[in-house]
Amino acid sequence: MNLKIFTPRGGVHPDSHKTESSETPIRHVPMPPRLIIPLIQGSQGSARTIVTVGDKVLKGQCIGEAEGADGTSIHAPTSGTVTEIGRYPMAHPSGLSSQSIVIEPDGENHWITYEPLDPTTANRDELILRIQASGIVGMGGAVFPSHLKARSKINTLVINGAECEPWMTGDDRLMRERAANIVSGAAVLAHLTGAQQTLIGIEDNKPEAIAATRTAVDDMEPVARECLGTGKMTVIVVPTRYPTGERKQLIHVLTGIEIPPSDRVTKFGIQCFNVATAHAVCRALLHGEPMVSRIVTVTGNVKRPGNYETPLGMPIADLLAFCGVKPNTTHVLMGGPMMGFTLPNLDAPVTKGCNCLIAASKELFPPPPSEQPCIRCGECVDACPVNLQPFELYWASRAKNFDGAKYHRLFDCMECGCCAYVCPAHIPLVDYFRYASSEIRARDEEQKAADQARMRFEFRSSRLEREKAEKSARLAARATETRTKSAADAALIAAAAERVNEQAQIEPSLQDNAAPLYDQQT
Amino acid sequence: MLAAILIMTGIALVLGATLGYAAVYFKVEGNPLAEQIDAILPQTQCAQCGYPGCKPYAEAIAKGETEINLCTPGGDDNTRKLAELLGREFKPRGALVEKLKTVALIDEQTCIGCTLCIQACPVDAIIGSSKQMHTVVSRYCTGCELCLPPCPVDCISMVEEPRTPQNWRWKYPVTGLRVVA
Repeated sequence: MNLKIFTPRGGVHPDSHKTESSETPIRHVPMPPRLIIPLIQGSQGSARTIVTVGDKVLKGQCIGEAEGADGTSIHAPTSGTVTEIGRYPMAHPSGLSSQSIVIEPDGENHWITYEPLDPTTANRDELILRIQASGIVGMGGAVFPSHLKARSKINTLVINGAECEPWMTGDDRLMRERAANIVSGAAVLAHLTGAQQTLIGIEDNKPEAIAATRTAVDDMEPVARECLGTGKMTVIVVPTRYPTGERKQLIHVLTGIEIPPSDRVTKFGIQCFNVATAHAVCRALLHGEPMVSRIVTVTGNVKRPGNYETPLGMPIADLLAFCGVKPNTTHVLMGGPMMGFTLPNLDAPVTKGCNCLIAASKELFPPPPSEQPCIRCGECVDACPVNLQPFELYWASRAKNFDGAKYHRLFDCMECGCCAYVCPAHIPLVDYFRYASSEIRARDEEQKAADQARMRFEFRSSRLEREKAEKSARLAARATETRTKSAADAALIAAAAERVNEQAQIEPSLQDNAAPLYDQQT
Repeated sequence: MLAAILIMTGIALVLGATLGYAAVYFKVEGNPLAEQIDAILPQTQCAQCGYPGCKPYAEAIAKGETEINLCTPGGDDNTRKLAELLGREFKPRGALVEKLKTVALIDEQTCIGCTLCIQACPVDAIIGSSKQMHTVVSRYCTGCELCLPPCPVDCISMVEEPRTPQNWRWKYPVTGLRVVA
C-alpha cells in the first residue's frame, strides 16, 4: 500500500552520526551499586512513596503510587533494599534536586509475579488503569503520561518511529530487534483509542528497521490481530528531515493535516505515540512487566558507543563509565544535539525521558564561533518548520519585549533549533526563546498570584469594614438598651418615692414635725 | 436667520439632554485610573510605600498626591510601567537589592498562639486561633513581612521559595568572549 507523503515546509538536514551507535545490538548494563528513582519523572505526573527505608522490594514492585489522575506510578528497577528516601539531583537543565527513592540492589534481579491482562477481554478502563499503574509515559523524551493519551477516542493512530535527531538510534535498534512487541503495543493502543487506521512512520535512513517492522506487521501475533479487528496497520517510509520526528510534523507528513500549534492533535481525530512507548505498553499489558528500564543511546566521545538497556535510576556517571567515556570529554548532552541540553550534574539518574546521552569533546562539538549581529537575512525563516519568523522573535526576546515575542507567536515555537542551526551569524536563537518563554510563564504566574492577593486583600478590607460596622451597631444597640433600662428604673424609683411621700401626708399625726421621708428632687 | 437660530438651539438642546442623561445613567463608579494603577502594582500589600495597601497607594497616585517610585517589591520595572501609563517622568528608586521572593514561616515549636500575626496579615494567609499554634499558607503569602514586627516571640522567619522545575527560569543568554591567540 502506497500512501501519499506530504512535505511540510522548513526543516534541516544535519549530519546524522547514527552509524556510530546503530550497528551494535542492544546491550544490558551491569547493575550499579545503587539506583536513584525520582518520584517525578518528567514535568508532569508525580508519584507518592509507598515504601519506607529498610523495605525489601522485588523487581517491578510498585514503590510510588500514581498521585492524582495525571500521576504515573514508579517501580523498583531491580530487587533489593530501600536504603534512603531523600533529595537527589535531577536530569534537568536546572540541576535542581527532587525527592527520590534510593535502592541498593541485592544482585538477584528477582521479578514480581507477572500479571498480564488480555486486552481482548479486559475492559477499557481496566486497561487504561494498568497503563497508569505500570508507569508508562511518552518515551520519546516528552514524558507525557500515556494513560491520558490512550483515553482519547480517535480515528488515526500514528506510531512515531521517525527518530529525526542526529546521533540518536534507540528507536532504530528497538524496531530492528523488537518489532513484534512494538506492533502488538500499537495494536493494543489502536484497540483502546478505537483507531481504524494505524500509521507507523519511519524515516528512510533506517532500512533495516523498516524491513523488520513490515515483517512484524505481516506476521502479527494473534492477540494483536484480534485487538486490531477491522483496523489497518501500515508502515510508511518518510523522507529523512529534521524535525519530522516531532509529532505534529510527522502527522503532517503522514496525513497532510497541518495541526495549528495551539490545537490538540485529538481535535483532528489523531493521536501519536512513540515506538518505544508502544513497546512499553505491550510489555506492561501482554507480559505484566511495568516500566523498569529503557533503552539509552550512549554515543559521542565514548569507547563503546551503542544502545544500552538501562535500569531506571542508574546514575548517568555509572552508565558513561561502563561505556568507556574518554578523558577529554568536555560535557555531556542529554536528548540529542538539536533539542537536548547540557547536563549540569552527572550524578543525576537515568529517568524515563532519558533517550540519549552524548559525550561531547572539542573535536566532535567545537565551541560555536562568537555571535555576530543579526542582519535579518531570513535564513531562519526558511528553516522554521512552524512558519514563524525567528529573527523577529529574537529581536523581541533580546530586548526583553515579551509582548512583542508573544505577538510573533513565541508559544508556537517548539524549540527544534532549526533556526539556530542555519543562522549564519551563529546566534543561539533557541536560548533566547527559552529565556523569553520561561520569563513570560513566570510573569503570568506572578500576575495570577498578584490578582489573588488583590482579591484576598479586598475581601479582608471589606470584612474588617463589616466587622467594624457590626461592632458599632452592637454597641449602639446596647447603649439604647441601657438607656431605656435606666429610664425605666428611674420611673420605678420616682413612683416608689411618690408612694412614700403620699403615705407620709396621709398619716402626718404619726410623724409629727417630720420632713418628707424621701425628697423626690434628690 | 430665524430658521438657523432655531436649528442651532434645537441641536444644542438635544446634545445637552443626551450628555445630561449619560452623566447620570452611565456614571462610572470608582476611579478607573486608580484601578489601572492597582493592576500594575505587585499586590504584596506590604505597606512599605507608607499607604496601608496597594489599592490606597494606587488611589493616592491617581489623585497625584504622591511619587510613583515608592513601591519596593515592584522595583524600577514597576515604576517604568507607571510612568508610561501616567505620562510622568521615570525616577529610579535608588540602590535597591533585587530580592528573591520569600514567604513567612512560623516556627511552630515557639509559637504561643497570640493571634497578633493573624491580625497583621493583609491577605489572611495565616490561620490559627487563640492559644493554638498558627501556620502560614505559603500559597497565599505575599512576603510583605508585616507579620514580623508584632510577633512577641520572634518565631516568624522569611524563607526563600523553593526552586522547582516548574518555577525555574532559563537565564538570559550571554555570549562568552572569544579567546584570541
